[in-house]
Amino acid sequence: MFRDIEHLIRLAVVMAIVLIGFIVLRSAVVPRSFGQYGHYRGAAIAEVAARAPVFAGHEVCEACHAEVVEQKKVGRHVVIPCETCHAAQGRHADDPASVKPEKLDTAVLCARCHERNSAKPKSFPQVVSAEHSSGLACDTCHQPHRPKIEAQAELKRPEARR
Amino acid sequence: MHIPVEGFMYPNEVELQWSVLIVLYPFITGLVAGAFILASLERVFRVQAVKPTYRLALLTALSFLLVAPLPLQLHLGHPERSLEMYLTPHRSSAMAMFGFVYLWYLMAVLLLEIWLDYRRDIVLKAQTSTGIFRNIYRALTLGSMNISERSLHIDERVGYFITLIGVPSAFLLHGYVGFIFGSVKANPWWSSPLMPIVFIFSAMVSGIAAVMLLYMISSHLRGKTIDIGCLDKIAQYLLYIFVIDFSLEMLDLLQRIYEADESFRSLDFMVHTRLWTSQVIIQILLGTVTPIALLGLTQMFRFNARVRKRMYAVAGCLTVIGIFAMRWNVVIGGQLFSKSFLGYTTYKMGFATREGLLTAIILVLLPFFILWVLVKLLPPWPDADSTAASGATPAHGTS
Amino acid sequence: MDPTRRRLLILLPAAAAAWKYVLAGTPEAAPGYKLSEHWWGMLIDIPKCIGCGSCSRACTEENDVPEGYYRTWIERYHVADWKIERPDVESPDGGKQGFPPSEDFGGKNFFVPKLCNHCADSPCTQVCPVGATFVTPDGVVLVDKAYCLGCRYCVQACPYGCRFINPKTNTAEKCSLCYHRITKGLTTACCEVCPTGARQLADLKNPKDPIHEYLKTHTVQVLKPHMATGSKVFYNGMDGSVR
Repeated sequence: MFRDIEHLIRLAVVMAIVLIGFIVLRSAVVPRSFGQYGHYRGAAIAEVAARAPVFAGHEVCEACHAEVVEQKKVGRHVVIPCETCHAAQGRHADDPASVKPEKLDTAVLCARCHERNSAKPKSFPQVVSAEHSSGLACDTCHQPHRPKIEAQAELKRPEARR
Repeated sequence: MHIPVEGFMYPNEVELQWSVLIVLYPFITGLVAGAFILASLERVFRVQAVKPTYRLALLTALSFLLVAPLPLQLHLGHPERSLEMYLTPHRSSAMAMFGFVYLWYLMAVLLLEIWLDYRRDIVLKAQTSTGIFRNIYRALTLGSMNISERSLHIDERVGYFITLIGVPSAFLLHGYVGFIFGSVKANPWWSSPLMPIVFIFSAMVSGIAAVMLLYMISSHLRGKTIDIGCLDKIAQYLLYIFVIDFSLEMLDLLQRIYEADESFRSLDFMVHTRLWTSQVIIQILLGTVTPIALLGLTQMFRFNARVRKRMYAVAGCLTVIGIFAMRWNVVIGGQLFSKSFLGYTTYKMGFATREGLLTAIILVLLPFFILWVLVKLLPPWPDADSTAASGATPAHGTS
Repeated sequence: MDPTRRRLLILLPAAAAAWKYVLAGTPEAAPGYKLSEHWWGMLIDIPKCIGCGSCSRACTEENDVPEGYYRTWIERYHVADWKIERPDVESPDGGKQGFPPSEDFGGKNFFVPKLCNHCADSPCTQVCPVGATFVTPDGVVLVDKAYCLGCRYCVQACPYGCRFINPKTNTAEKCSLCYHRITKGLTTACCEVCPTGARQLADLKNPKDPIHEYLKTHTVQVLKPHMATGSKVFYNGMDGSVR
């Protein structure tokens, strides 16, 4: 009887060996932290969190640039974080002496928010720049940290008003 | 690579995620399931007429099943990590569970059934052949040379049982692929409870047609007469299953058109424009209606054997092409429209790239080379000379 | 220690504490962050969005997002009269460079910023075959790029189109809610730079977070509620035409 099913038993043995091999492999290869919080590598959470921030955050900027804080305080741009216009300054905050922020091109920068667009909220200040400033850069007349033009004396470059 | 977009697509949707290789995958596994169902027609459902194709169907299924993981590996961003699917399968993922269904089907069903059916021939060849082939056959015997009546009878009983569980396993194999698509609620072209069923029936159609064509071609190449009774029976089953498949697809289409939900206008436009050729012309008209008509005619009218063979051949070819088109329309079609229902993108298929047309062609041809090797190693012909000498019939014939 | 850094540490406990770890080369989550104390989401105020694209640009810079792919983007909608099922939508380069002026045809026009909704019942994490994408205990959906196979099933399963495959790493990628920032007491890059406050990070488990009061007093929606994904990005003033 045994002789007649010998081949099936040999097959079963082969399959058992493969199965055991798989189980051994599994315990060796599956990462240790897998299943820590759920069906994933628990260590991945720390790995993602470990990335260094690129934007410093306006609080960090304001720690050093108190004079700009004063300037912004009375204007509509007080709500705008520094890096919205100045781009990521994490490296500058880390080493202010060696890493300098780039000079901004107001013609491009200001238009992103203030160029007229039918989809922008009607109450938001927007102009058609060609009509508004006939090609002049925005900072010719406006001081970006306090954009409202109060009086002649407060203009950044009075000669432009001629 | 600039991809032309019509209307609005979410910015990350413009590039297609799943390429022609992912079209190939359900096509290949469909052929496997279909070929196996044909084999089981004889073994389990006792349809004697199709016996000449039994072994050929099994070897065909194996050739395609071995190639099936290749398009997936070529598609993955990190194929070297693919073992993770077996090491840490995510039980809620249809794709992960499918890895085990595939493994089960390969190891516990197909390989086992082929081995048991061929064991007698393998043992005889191990004893009579020479050189490297002797070693191959000896390895395949697993060291046991027992081919007594009793052991062969046990093989036959076990094999019968395996085919019995093999039938639902084959349904599971390809039904799961349907579920991989059908369970994606984000995509209305795919999301449907009918998906697994449509996939199963179209798989059966393509597999049966493929084995029928292979039988005709191999008989012609070997200069043997085709058993026309066998062919008639296969064609008959092909017709019945095709009618069911077509009905299911038409049901889905009619329901969509009638209910006309949020996605309908977008999908309808897509079918009328981007999918017109592949869906309406190739899949439906040429790939379904024409073969059904041809097969239907052979059932209704008495054509002579030669004409019938021609009609079967044409129907078979069109069927296989039509089912490939169906996979294309599901996979590619499902990615051509935006999930915002406001736009369409274009599929840019490369040629000699990792997921390009050339790769797809090679992957489609590869199973035939494997089949050729298998046929040389384990001849499936009922009139095979190597076993005819002893005047014995294949093991399971004694039941 | 140079005067600037000393000033930082004295004046700004929260941010400085985070920076201390960054500067020290050990930028892991600053100590004191407990996963179980947070449940992150975001609030987007549509009437405030001006489509400047600052958020998308900042995200690209903060997270090194490759060109042509978007972790967050802005869509511009134009809805003609009563045809809310057929809006005109566009998103040139994800809105990163703002939007070109469009004619006002008298319909309704507005911007909609989009990002990963960090779904509580996320369909993308459901379909991942290996567990490479997951919902953290604090409610953020992350991708483990050391484990991802790049099979793209998650990209297919996301109803919002927020996922993509990073061509450099060949793994799935999407908005991580700046997890590396929020675990250090900072806000996300997109919320940091938004000039009108249209985007605000929300901690739904923090009883002092303004989101709770906001949700009580405003009409908010989530995208595709019929998908029942448990989306945690809430939109105030979102029109019915938004896809």
